[in-house]
Amino acid sequence: MDWLTDPFSLGFMQRALAASVVVGVLCSVLGCFVVLRSMAFLGDALAHAILPGVAIAYLLGGSLFVGALVAALLVAFGVSFFTRDGAVKEDTAIGILFAAALSLGVVLISTLRTYATDLTHILFGNVLAVTVVDLAVTVSLAGLVLLAVALLYKELLLATFDPVLAHTLRRRPGVFRTLLLVMLALAIVVSLQTVGAGLVAAMLVTPGATASLLTRRLPAMMLMAAAVGVISSVVGLYLSYYLDVASGAAVVLVATTFFLAAYLFAPRRGLVVRHRGKRRAAGGTGATA
Amino acid sequence: MTVRDPVDVDCVSVHYGGDAVLQEVSLRVPHGAQLAVVGPNGAGKSTLFKALAGLLRLGRGRILIHGSPVGDHGDRVAYVPQREDIDWSFPVTVADVVMMGRYGRLGWFQRPSPTDRDAVAHMLDLLGLGELADRLIGELSGGQQQRVFLARALAQEPHVLLLDEPFTGVDMAVRERILEVLARLRERSVTVLVSTHDLELAATRFDQVVLLNRKVVAYGPPRDVLTEARIAQTFGTHARIFRGMVLIDECCQPPGSEAG
Repeated sequence: MDWLTDPFSLGFMQRALAASVVVGVLCSVLGCFVVLRSMAFLGDALAHAILPGVAIAYLLGGSLFVGALVAALLVAFGVSFFTRDGAVKEDTAIGILFAAALSLGVVLISTLRTYATDLTHILFGNVLAVTVVDLAVTVSLAGLVLLAVALLYKELLLATFDPVLAHTLRRRPGVFRTLLLVMLALAIVVSLQTVGAGLVAAMLVTPGATASLLTRRLPAMMLMAAAVGVISSVVGLYLSYYLDVASGAAVVLVATTFFLAAYLFAPRRGLVVRHRGKRRAAGGTGATA
Repeated sequence: MTVRDPVDVDCVSVHYGGDAVLQEVSLRVPHGAQLAVVGPNGAGKSTLFKALAGLLRLGRGRILIHGSPVGDHGDRVAYVPQREDIDWSFPVTVADVVMMGRYGRLGWFQRPSPTDRDAVAHMLDLLGLGELADRLIGELSGGQQQRVFLARALAQEPHVLLLDEPFTGVDMAVRERILEVLARLRERSVTVLVSTHDLELAATRFDQVVLLNRKVVAYGPPRDVLTEARIAQTFGTHARIFRGMVLIDECCQPPGSEAG
């Protein structure tokens, strides 16, 4: 059993594991809303939008965390601003701001001498460099966001499923949309060190999409997504340690494997079951969908 | 505000872009009365309902619901939109959806109480959905889905109920069930507004009818309103008079013509 405990005999590996698990839960739970509201593109855009924020913070010697958060929020509000009266479609606004922010980030980072390494760490994470302070910040922010999701579950469900009813009940669906964007920005910022800006969108979408194939109700979907996120993070870290490959990418590939397995073999919605059902229906039993 | 005030729509106009979808519409539905809103696709029926539900800004005019402005009522004005406005693949059960009708009564962070659960169970039974409580909404037939959203509106215990095309795509049994529920609401003097294409239904089951085609063509008791001439005026070439019966031709509308 030494191969299980070996990797985590070192402090930095323990912190990597803890950060990965926390980020796995956070991204997966929020990711359920991303999947249900078809916000995958927005999640990806927010993740790349942090680049200029990180670069500016780096150049000014400030906190990368704060820089990333400010940039993500600016893009989130920018998307709301350009789409508010329907003059520009949302995916168009996201596409423009996303590419602009990414370019601005690359321009700023390319002025640094350590350009290549820094960019790689931001894009793909550097989970082995998580400090005790980083871990504390990650855990507190994740705890805060997950607490908000639990307390505001009713309102988030209503604003996601039926903004019209939310509006007639005076529950301000716009406020909750913005809150969701802020929470997404926070999740992306705390994911920077584990999976990086380039891959955090996968952590937002893949566990939620996997869970949606395996569960019926939203609470179950969130729990299942969290489980997929955590297991992917842990297995990914082991793979990264033993195969000496990049950890963020390993985590995402494990999650993708879960998704493919669910897509093929889910009890009710999997391809295999659906295919068999179709053959049975063609056989004359007239099974309903 | 007194309890006996009507639903008062006063000279309301609504524009989408430069297009006047509703022009100077005035209605005065007495408290507890039931009104059928009849008109062709694109006549502004849905727009009128959205305005009453407080989802639109009025270009001009004023709406008072039982004496107070739109938006002052919270969950007491219940609105059931057309079925295509809903994401049917969402992972919620029938009971979950009906429970949302109770959310207006629950404070921030507050979870549903046994009273709320009882109200939900009662509404499910009333609409014959008790056995479907744990089914996903995407697994239901069109008529069942329509009843779920009616049950949710009733769970709000509304004073005013707005139903947009509740009879479209449902079979006769569901239609009768919905009408039975509306008859019960009459006893509790809930004011009901229903949009429909069904002229016979409008003529026989409602206190008032409004023929709407962007403007009010005619408004009053069914016998005064539903004349051949006025129906022809409202529906244009889509109405045909055949051996004393009015036929409404809903075929061949250009896609997306239902602006409101």
